[in-house]
Amino acid sequence: MTVTTTGDLPGEVYDVAIIGAGVVGTAIARELARHRLRIALVEASDDVGNGTSKANTAIVHTGFDATPGTLEARLVREGYQRLTAYAAETGIPLEPLGALLVAWDAEQLAALPSLAEKAVRNGYDETSILDADAVYAREPHLGPGALGALEVPGESIICPWTTTLAYATQAVRAGVALHLNCPAGAVTTGEDHHEIATPRGVLRTRHLVNAAGLYSDEINRRLGHEEFTVTPRRGQLIVFDKFARGLVDHILLPVPTALGKGVLVAPTVYGNVMLGPTAEDLGDKTATGSSADGLASLREKGARIMPELLAEEVTAVYAGLRAATEHGDYQIHADPGRRYVAVGGIRSTGLTASMAIAAHVAELLTDCGLDPGPEREIEPVRMPTIGEAFPRPYQRADLIATDPAYGTVVCHCERVTRGEIRDALTATVPPGSLDGLRRRTRALGGRCQGFFCGAAVRAQFDAATAAQDRTEARR
Amino acid sequence: MTPTDRTHRTVDALVIGAGPAGLALAARLAAAGVDRVEVLDREQYAGGIPRHCHHTGFGLRDLRRLMTGPDYARHHIAAAIRAGAVLRTSVTATGWAAPRTVDITSPTGLERITATAVVLATGARERPRSARLVPGTRPAGVLTTGQLQQAVHLHHQHVGRRAVIVGAERVGYSAVATLHRAGAEVAAMVTDQPRHQTHPARHLGTRLRYGFPLVTDATVAELTGQGRLESVRLRHRDGRTADVACDTVVFTGDWIPDHELARSAGIALDPGTRGPAADAEFRTGEPGVFAVGNLLHPVETADIAALDGRLAAGPVLRHLAGRPWTPGALPVRVEAPLLWVSPNRIAPDGPRPPRGRFTLRTTRFLTRPVLTVAQDGRTLHRGRLPRTVAPGRPFHMPADWIARADAHGGPVRITAD
Ligand SMILES: Cc1cc2nc3c(=O)[nH]c(=O)nc-3n(C[C@H](O)[C@H](O)[C@H](O)COP(=O)(O)OP(=O)(O)OC[C@H]3O[C@@H](n4cnc5c(N)ncnc54)[C@H](O)[C@@H]3O)c2cc1C
Ligand SMILES: Cc1cc2nc3c(=O)[nH]c(=O)nc-3n(C[C@H](O)[C@H](O)[C@H](O)COP(=O)(O)OP(=O)(O)OC[C@H]3O[C@@H](n4cnc5c(N)ncnc54)[C@H](O)[C@@H]3O)c2cc1C
Repeated sequence: MTVTTTGDLPGEVYDVAIIGAGVVGTAIARELARHRLRIALVEASDDVGNGTSKANTAIVHTGFDATPGTLEARLVREGYQRLTAYAAETGIPLEPLGALLVAWDAEQLAALPSLAEKAVRNGYDETSILDADAVYAREPHLGPGALGALEVPGESIICPWTTTLAYATQAVRAGVALHLNCPAGAVTTGEDHHEIATPRGVLRTRHLVNAAGLYSDEINRRLGHEEFTVTPRRGQLIVFDKFARGLVDHILLPVPTALGKGVLVAPTVYGNVMLGPTAEDLGDKTATGSSADGLASLREKGARIMPELLAEEVTAVYAGLRAATEHGDYQIHADPGRRYVAVGGIRSTGLTASMAIAAHVAELLTDCGLDPGPEREIEPVRMPTIGEAFPRPYQRADLIATDPAYGTVVCHCERVTRGEIRDALTATVPPGSLDGLRRRTRALGGRCQGFFCGAAVRAQFDAATAAQDRTEARR
Repeated sequence: MTPTDRTHRTVDALVIGAGPAGLALAARLAAAGVDRVEVLDREQYAGGIPRHCHHTGFGLRDLRRLMTGPDYARHHIAAAIRAGAVLRTSVTATGWAAPRTVDITSPTGLERITATAVVLATGARERPRSARLVPGTRPAGVLTTGQLQQAVHLHHQHVGRRAVIVGAERVGYSAVATLHRAGAEVAAMVTDQPRHQTHPARHLGTRLRYGFPLVTDATVAELTGQGRLESVRLRHRDGRTADVACDTVVFTGDWIPDHELARSAGIALDPGTRGPAADAEFRTGEPGVFAVGNLLHPVETADIAALDGRLAAGPVLRHLAGRPWTPGALPVRVEAPLLWVSPNRIAPDGPRPPRGRFTLRTTRFLTRPVLTVAQDGRTLHRGRLPRTVAPGRPFHMPADWIARADAHGGPVRITAD
């Protein structure tokens, strides 16, 4: 098992290198790991899932409202099936709550039948149209004025952090070399292999996959391609306290307009309620901050959808950047001559589609001359339970009996135990920062944001990191 | 063993939270001869917030001497144990199985405890940056005073070099001292009020000793920095903005009770304090469940919380002796700019609140305000306060009007003008 964070890259020539360890890059690594290949996954930051993949609305879409016939429509539909099955197998928190597309005016109400038809064209025929009474029977805390809704029972909520981590963990255990803190720079393409400059030395690989998210257009240009330009589209979100969870039991979507999917209200698998996202086109690929205007507009919209929500405390505010392009579809292109596949423009559905994108990319690589060899079974993974739908360690007498650390609650708001933090710190893909630890365990992610546990969690993190440094120094 | 096996026990009084309030109450109950008084705390060490307040200023009102927070905590721990209370740490109350039956997680397993009296003494905390909806990036270096004090005093961790403190009530001044102790400089203290809200002597003393600018009438408009905090953008009331370079920001004050257990029991909260609505005898709306300390008044000093604990012993003992549960049902509410009043339920024919007075807070400075207490349009009390009241500091109002309220009328409202 190889995860490196410092030092020179190995001199070997990989069969495939994947740039970018977001949900898409890790899914591709996992998919390819099902063959005996030498694979490198290189990531600029200190953790997997540290880009767009950590900051989305965490919904597994059925694909009911995709544009029929597009690559995105197909991969979302397939990805939905694959990810739902994978989540059940690995313990990724997933709850099939179903969505309601709520119509607030006559025009939106009139649009519902055509949305139902579109769903059918996308291969999804389980929608139904509800009248106002039925809507309020399902969601009694909805604000006044809802006229009806399209019910989409298959839409689900998921833990995006565990998803990426599960892919990465399984890939690394199956032999993929994960190199963190390793931004890919200039690319020189030779007859036999690519040479990619990184601050940690040259990465050599026969085949190259570009899954660099917001930066996929820049890498693409380095390979001489100009198919797309990424324009970051910011989505800001507000996460409300767990006490809001009782207010809402579906994913509440607006009826889509030309401007995109719009602002939703949805539970999270951690038991919070989310409001967002905004949609703002920006010029800066690092602008993941929230803005006063953005938050004000979310609150204004939220007040209409569910007035009581606004009275609850806010746990977190964050923003993610969608990798939007000038095109209406995913930008997945193969260049067999250069043994190269670009995976760009994975805008607002990449979490759902990730496993299907991976399978698609594997096929394209074969078209590019990669001989994957026979398929093999890879070791299944079982991820820690950080969702609320199943008992967490602090609720399990059997676990605590075997190890009292699972009965020692460190982060009180999220009820994260010393044992879970220890496990995360010694896992196959350990966190590189407290933020990474939060995404693995939820520690520090609760309503007090560290007032009670911040220093204690940091102490445990620092101790584990120091111990690791000592082991590395000894080697 | 099945995953959810729980041992089940019964005690007389179960106190949740071993801060000053819970400990002082447990000591009284045990000393009064209650058989089984059990105090739980989810932290590894008992003592509550004073554990990590390494400055002096504790104990004046309840112990009539001045001590540091940790000394104060030790005093109350020892007193509770000496009196015969059972004190357990690393034990978290996680929810309710039934009224007065609490589910518990600890390193020794899962338990369920049923008590004749359950006392919630779970304290209060500061609202973090996110809850205050402060925009910007999400860098490291953003703290509350609670986290800062624990980092510096309990874990000897490095904090940044240059900090902005948001809030100028007394806890902000504690943050100044802690930052100094950690070797960090205070770039500015900022408050949205026209002046600081601590005692003038404290303000002057801290300023003379540590010398930092106090920026008034300003709010935090944005945090910037990827990875680590780089600066805080302040917006003055007149719209001007200024960036203050710093690697740390401490959000102080702006209290919220830790009301999770209370709320998950379905206990009605007071809209002002956000803690359980409770009467002059610390009774909540749930039979047999009392609440004391900062859970009721976010936030008062530790000695006031401890005095609560002492005063609550009488009502808890009467409940244990079988007195029927008839809490004051008439709500007392405040209107803006007042923030909260405690206690906030009364029985017109019942006892007066502790020390014969109500405790209140305001959201802005009020110069010798006139307070009016009215019910259904009828004035029950009207009086001018002798002093200016400040946000972040308690003030008091007499309670002798209680008997004039109509037990069957609408809520009693307190206004200030
Ligand atoms: C607000 C919002 C809401 C969303 N909601 C949903 C939803 O509900 N459901 C859903 O399915 N999808 C949703 N999405 C979309 C989903 O999050 C994305 O499609 C997905 O995360 C994209 O993954 P990625 O791996 O392509 O990109 P990223 O996660 O950004 O990964 C790319 C990685 O490449 C790395 N990288 C970049 N350049 C280099 C380099 N030169 N060298 C090395 N590494 C590099 C980056 O550091 C990054 O880690 C949402 C997105 C946003 C922003
Ligand atoms: C940062 C800060 C600085 C302060 N500085 C001063 C000062 O200088 N002087 C002063 O007089 N006062 C000060 N105070 C106020 C003082 O600390 C409080 O008034 C006092 O601690 C309140 O006592 P309490 O018993 O109500 O609550 P706390 O002291 O907050 O104790 C509550 C206890 O309940 C426990 N608990 C909560 N939930 C559970 C659960 N579910 N299961 C088990 N246990 C639980 C907690 O772990 C905690 O120990 C300060 C407060 C803060 C936050």
